[in-house]
Amino acid sequence: MTKAPSGPQSGAQLIWESLIREGVDIVFGYPGGAILPTYDAMTEYSVRHVLVRHEQSAVHMADGYARASGRVGVVVATSGPGATNLVTGLATAMLDSTPLVAITGQVGSALLGTDAFQEVDITGITLPVTKHNYLVTRAEDIVPALREAFAVARSGRPGPVLVDITKDAQQGRATMDWEAAEPRRHLRHLPAPLDQEALAQALDLIRGARRPIILAGHGIQLSGARAEVLALAERADIPFALTLLGLGAVPATHPLSLGMMGMHGESWVNRAIQEADLLLALGMRFDDRVTGKLKEYAPHAKKIHIDIDASELNKLVPVDVAIAADLGDVLRALLPQVPVADRSEWLGSIREWRGDSAVRDIKNLPDDGHLYAAHVMHDLWRLTRGEAVVVTDVGQHQMWEAQYYKHDGERSLITSGGAGTMGFALPAAIGAKLARPEAEVWVVAGDGGFQMTFAELMTAVQEDVKVNIAVINNGYLGMVRQWQAMFYEGRYAATPILSPDFVKLAEAFGVHGQRVEARGDLAAAVETARTVRGTALIEFKVEQEDSVYPMVPAGAALHDMIRRPAPSVLAETGQDPV
Amino acid sequence: MSHVLVVYTDDEPGVLTRVASLFRRRGFNIHSLTVGPTERPDVSRMTVVVDTDEATARRAVEHLRKLVNVLEVQQLGIGRSNVLRDLALIRVNAGPARRSEVLQLVEVFRANVVDIAEDSLVIECTGSLGKIEALVDTLRPFGIIELGRTGAVAMARGTRTPIKAAIAPLRTGTGSMSV
Repeated sequence: MTKAPSGPQSGAQLIWESLIREGVDIVFGYPGGAILPTYDAMTEYSVRHVLVRHEQSAVHMADGYARASGRVGVVVATSGPGATNLVTGLATAMLDSTPLVAITGQVGSALLGTDAFQEVDITGITLPVTKHNYLVTRAEDIVPALREAFAVARSGRPGPVLVDITKDAQQGRATMDWEAAEPRRHLRHLPAPLDQEALAQALDLIRGARRPIILAGHGIQLSGARAEVLALAERADIPFALTLLGLGAVPATHPLSLGMMGMHGESWVNRAIQEADLLLALGMRFDDRVTGKLKEYAPHAKKIHIDIDASELNKLVPVDVAIAADLGDVLRALLPQVPVADRSEWLGSIREWRGDSAVRDIKNLPDDGHLYAAHVMHDLWRLTRGEAVVVTDVGQHQMWEAQYYKHDGERSLITSGGAGTMGFALPAAIGAKLARPEAEVWVVAGDGGFQMTFAELMTAVQEDVKVNIAVINNGYLGMVRQWQAMFYEGRYAATPILSPDFVKLAEAFGVHGQRVEARGDLAAAVETARTVRGTALIEFKVEQEDSVYPMVPAGAALHDMIRRPAPSVLAETGQDPV
Repeated sequence: MSHVLVVYTDDEPGVLTRVASLFRRRGFNIHSLTVGPTERPDVSRMTVVVDTDEATARRAVEHLRKLVNVLEVQQLGIGRSNVLRDLALIRVNAGPARRSEVLQLVEVFRANVVDIAEDSLVIECTGSLGKIEALVDTLRPFGIIELGRTGAVAMARGTRTPIKAAIAPLRTGTGSMSV
């Protein structure tokens, strides 16, 4: 750490000083006029700066960095358009509870409110997409604001915080007083001590349940409660279903793991939820994508909901026991009293409901020359032994990834769940790789989303970051096309999309590029991508009009699923070429 | 149904926006919102009356508690256990012919006349929401020219421990205006 001088320092120096004291060693950003004093001071400090090609990508990178590591991601941008470009990234992080601190430059305080060059009211604009934000106009306020920003970002349900600092505050001088700036306001609303009565009620429900199911969400990872959730599941023999962001929080290949729930969840998982007599919702928030029609959701089940965010309890699904607390704390208090149980009957019913699902599964389709995205995901899982960190974009490929890549490791799937932000994957993957250089990081993106942010290929090259990229090219904005096919009588309005020659595109960036059109060529291409130096891209030309099954149409009940049609060509068991 | 929320916040620029933005974004319908200083120089106090069901009101409380600037939120019912006061200024037609009639009503409602013009009076009335609505209804036949209300300020009856120990607000933001 740079030794702090005892005298006054510039506001810009205080920014870097504070970041280093918060343990930051990398920031993602883009310079500009109003943040220039801060960039000028940067060279004095041992913090790595990753220059992005668009500020939105800086937030996604910091987001990927934070999700891969559990640390706070940091973004730096200038005022005006630099700041407004952060908005989508902040909203993405807000909806998925990622701890971030975004620092933006602002015009000098004398010019505030005058519509000065590159002045926008970024604290006003980001109010609903941040946990909190600050407008700092004096150098002496920088350290308290930044310390509190980190505390707010990390505490309770994590989220993004923006600190807007005027140019004169960066240029002004103040003396560092770290101790005096210790944040306390974030402690105001931390959860109260555990509600013993609620714990007792939860235990009663668990004891009395015959068909319980755990709904495992993102909060498990955020709380670090993987061991406790597994202990609960194993002790009481309760199967678990996962939300999209819950994938990897507990291992997919665990015998009690059922798979993903919701709109594109497994049919037997959704059926199990509908037939259950007890839902244990752990660190999840009953998003409309996992409940389907609320009125018909889990009609026979008592419900226990544990989440650190009290405003999520009883929000959409009224529950019998609501506990606002850290999940790990609650489970540690509950576990010793949870009775050991055997639920082979219940587990047997769920197994039965799987029925012919495995046969309908397209990964078992015979290899008739057509390349399906499901093949790519399944094979990628096998070839990387399930050990990669996969960062997906948004759309069909995201759902196929969730269905076919079996995530066992924590923080091994990074995806924009709540916001569904296209263009997320590549920048987030670069951030994830920088957080965990030892990990094998794969981008899985569609041809549409990848074209939104592929300029970040150059960032990967400039920063010498190796990520492997699978572009799933079906020539359509596939998920929208699927909805048009199913619900808009096949009118494909604005969904066919042309792509550049991705191999040549990769080469233009100095990135290794390959194209795969047949399943037989897949393994070799993946192996090459893994072994070449630097970032490598594979374009997979997949079946153009394939759809994601099963599917709960928006607004339908959870058990009311559209199943994949079972064509006669389906084999009893497919040959797996991998 | 009306619910009354008393919200203690840091006396800091932008806090009113944060609270108002929260209500707007979550679709909570505000009947009235008042804000002002308290017994402590660093703390502001808001009384928010929302028209909503009990579950939504409780959710509004939990959302308010997530704001960094919010020290404490109390949810009060509307009833005898609370004091709730609104102030109205009512400019009403009152030419010489009907003036005495209006003055009598003012008397009955224990309101005050604070301004007299040739053809009208300005009446000041403090009281519960129901009392003010009753006065307004009573005066309506005379012709109400202008009506201004402060919105409710509420306080629970009985004893109460002081609000939590002060946590000094950060001095960030611009302008001398609080909240």
